[in-house]
Amino acid sequence: MDFLSEHQPEMLPGNRQLPPMQGVIEAPHGTTIVAVTFPGGVVLAGDRRATMGNVIAQRDIEKVFPADEYSAVGIAGTAGLAVEMVKLFQLELEHFEKVEGAQLSLEGKANRLSTMIRSNLGMAMQGLAVVPLFAGYDVDRGRGRIFSYDVTGGRSEEHNFAATGSGSVFARGAMKKFFHDGLSEAEATMLVVQALYDAADDDSATGGPDVARRIYPIVTVITEDGFRRLTDDESSEIARSILERRLEQPDGPRAALL
Amino acid sequence: MSTPFYVSPQQAMADRAEYARKGIARGRSLVVLQYADGIVFVGENPSRALHKFSEIYDRIGFAAAGKYNEYENLRIGGVRYADLRGYTYDRDDVTARGLANVYAQTLGTIFSSAGEKPYEVELVVAEVGETPDGDQIYRLPHDGSIVDEHGSVAVGGNAETISSYLDQRHQDGMSLAEGLKLAVQALSRDTNGSEREIPAERLEVAVLDRTRPQQRKFKRIVGRQLGRLLEAGGASTEAESADEAEGSEDE
Repeated sequence: MDFLSEHQPEMLPGNRQLPPMQGVIEAPHGTTIVAVTFPGGVVLAGDRRATMGNVIAQRDIEKVFPADEYSAVGIAGTAGLAVEMVKLFQLELEHFEKVEGAQLSLEGKANRLSTMIRSNLGMAMQGLAVVPLFAGYDVDRGRGRIFSYDVTGGRSEEHNFAATGSGSVFARGAMKKFFHDGLSEAEATMLVVQALYDAADDDSATGGPDVARRIYPIVTVITEDGFRRLTDDESSEIARSILERRLEQPDGPRAALL
Repeated sequence: MSTPFYVSPQQAMADRAEYARKGIARGRSLVVLQYADGIVFVGENPSRALHKFSEIYDRIGFAAAGKYNEYENLRIGGVRYADLRGYTYDRDDVTARGLANVYAQTLGTIFSSAGEKPYEVELVVAEVGETPDGDQIYRLPHDGSIVDEHGSVAVGGNAETISSYLDQRHQDGMSLAEGLKLAVQALSRDTNGSEREIPAERLEVAVLDRTRPQQRKFKRIVGRQLGRLLEAGGASTEAESADEAEGSEDE
């Protein structure tokens, strides 16, 4: 990135000049990303819908990307900018690893992403915000960790679970009720899909599982063994089993009152 | 004012080449060779911190003999070139041929510019293909020429003896353990023909493995895995060693 800013600064996302204009630019936006930790790792998942105003711009957009072997980014906000930011972030981590011969620490990666979001502040003020969620397995500490961001690049570590995007309010509510210590990996993947279902239930910009088109949420798991994205079969099985239960109980599992 | 001595251009170039060759010859040799599932890099390197082999990009590896600070400089330049290319265009647009050309330009310019001393390095740039036919190995001597190599290549001090030894014995479709064994045998030959033992902890081994599921095919082989492979290479039957090699690669 330093090299790029010296030689071709116009290629960096933050350095583009925007023409002066009124109103909000219409561009596809991505929506809900959720993450939850479990002993031994972290799960990061996202829905598949991109919206542009009231229109569904894309039904099968991918919003969760591996950043490197032990971390992943889920993006909410302006899709075009966010995807490019992720691309640059992946590049930077890989570049550092190759030049230095060692991986950045998870904190280091999270800080780096924070700077990149901050450099996009000008665009964010014009309505083109990018708000990712960063999750990774901390090799030094031996556990999964989640970092959330705001548009100014403010970084905060989240404990247990986190969500970002327009449906995040509903997803967080659901996760609050579902989460407990000592989740297994399978339970954690089930939990995130449940949370995404609840988000899609109440937020028009979040897409639920699309059985007819076979479009299911992207679920990724990061553990000691590295990054793994659930195959289409695996995520469809989770989504279908949830769907089946929801046919009887549309609002999902009930939590105890007291 | 005194006139400087006249030195013919031929003589000047010959002197510079001689200087570079001597510098390279002081370093330890290394070997790059094809095996069934990719390309293996083997070298004697007492240092754990200063690597002779490194990853450049998804399918491209780098090996260098000679002066550390000079080839490290070139290596970082190569990583930058590759990453910038891959970011600007696509990951598939980064090729060993392109990279080798950039290195050749750099080395050639430095070699022939009167102000600078020539780099005392010899590089190997290797790219692993989808099939063994797609593998590419380029050797870049100090003067900026490119040599397209097949099968095996050795660079460094004792390169000639080692490459003739390798050329006689290298076969296509060797297993990793067999390839490694051959490389170690080749490296243990001294200039005077005598052999010496290179312990596993002084070996630096890396592979570009086309069977790796990840996009980045470069992998260092260290510790127990290396020990197992060396043992497997020593085992008598071919089948055994192949099985062993496959088993340990999965880790």
